[in-house]
Amino acid sequence: MERSNQSFSKRNYSSQPKANYPDYRSTILRHQEHKLVALPQTLADTRGPAFGHMALGDSDHDLIINYASTGLGAIGERIVVAGKVLDESGKPVPNALIEVWQANAGGRYRHKNDTYLAPLDPNFGGCGRCLTDQEGNYVFRTIKPGAYPWPNGGNDWRPAHIHFSIFGQAFAQRLMTQMYFEGDPHIQICPILQSIGDTRAVNQLVARLDMAHSVPMDLIAYRFDLILRGPNATMFENNLEGI
Amino acid sequence: MESLDIRRARPAKTNAEIPLRETAFQTAGPYVHIGCLPNSVGVKGIYADDLTCNKPLTNAPMTISGKVFEGESVVCKDMMLEFWHADEKGCYDNGIWHRSSTNLDSGIFSIKTQMPGKTQTAEGKVLAPFISVWITARGINVGLLTRIYFPEHESIFNEDPHMALVSENRRSTLLAKAVDGGYHFDIHLQGAAETVFFDV
Repeated sequence: MERSNQSFSKRNYSSQPKANYPDYRSTILRHQEHKLVALPQTLADTRGPAFGHMALGDSDHDLIINYASTGLGAIGERIVVAGKVLDESGKPVPNALIEVWQANAGGRYRHKNDTYLAPLDPNFGGCGRCLTDQEGNYVFRTIKPGAYPWPNGGNDWRPAHIHFSIFGQAFAQRLMTQMYFEGDPHIQICPILQSIGDTRAVNQLVARLDMAHSVPMDLIAYRFDLILRGPNATMFENNLEGI
Repeated sequence: MESLDIRRARPAKTNAEIPLRETAFQTAGPYVHIGCLPNSVGVKGIYADDLTCNKPLTNAPMTISGKVFEGESVVCKDMMLEFWHADEKGCYDNGIWHRSSTNLDSGIFSIKTQMPGKTQTAEGKVLAPFISVWITARGINVGLLTRIYFPEHESIFNEDPHMALVSENRRSTLLAKAVDGGYHFDIHLQGAAETVFFDV
């Protein structure tokens, strides 16, 4: 039996969405009513499944072509999404597995439960994955997803978004989130986003247009950095160099 | 204002806010399978296989299966669950991870694994064997963490410092039921039988 030797700072729930947020109707019957039971961390939390060794396919990170017939590509605005995965102390998280999924350019998912009017794109599957390098950098190519309506009791539309699932170095760092696009007017009126009461935390989910990394005549670049829980410390002096 | 040439070539500033705080969760949504288990919903040809475990187990003698219920005892059929536990010796360096969605028709999740060993707290206190379970889905805004414990270890629960933090009348929600071939474990997101969820 091993003993734990590293711990993470407690989750800051003030920058997280509320579990019970009736404007997002699905939370009504799916939020816990009891308080979470606080536990000291053990190796169960401070170690995690690691996938840095995984041999990913050559086009796993390229949603434009990874489901397309040879020589073809997905329909939509061609984009490249890149950023860093850091922990709360500013340290890069290498070998993090990032899984992404999204609707197509018309706002339709390739899922049997999605029956939206927009057509499927025969050359777009809608999922991809990549690993961060030693500096925490990741990159994938895709098309900009469309906004779409969803059943929430009213005239509800999701802002264009890409789902992210991230494995850091510990199970306590496991993260499930969504990336949004700078300038989208739906951001301010989306119940799922607005279930986060903290404006700064909402802004942190919005990818920024990155002209320096856009590829002329090819791809528009967006930058989206992700922050995972960091080591336990009473105060961090965040080092902004390299961010 | 800066010249147009400069603005047209400008690198993006980070979206991260200072001081750095964990990125906010957002729901996995009802189509989580596309990203995490695409082959299971017919999105074939991108990955050869779905990522359902961190390594193939030569010794996986027990099945753990069950359902997830939302309020009003409705079965949830769009959940994704991940399971993380120590190996038989209590070692997390050889930790075992599984992923299972709840079946879109039946609502049943299922994994085949081995019994984890006892582990220790940082202070060296013994912890009864358990499996961490992480649940995400439509309507779950922040991933939920619970644990599966096993009835054959009940005799050491009284010595377990983590079990001591759970009120006695709710401990049974963390206990799997022995069945042929393994264990049954249901999760209740709310209601009278609400499962204990943890903040670590």
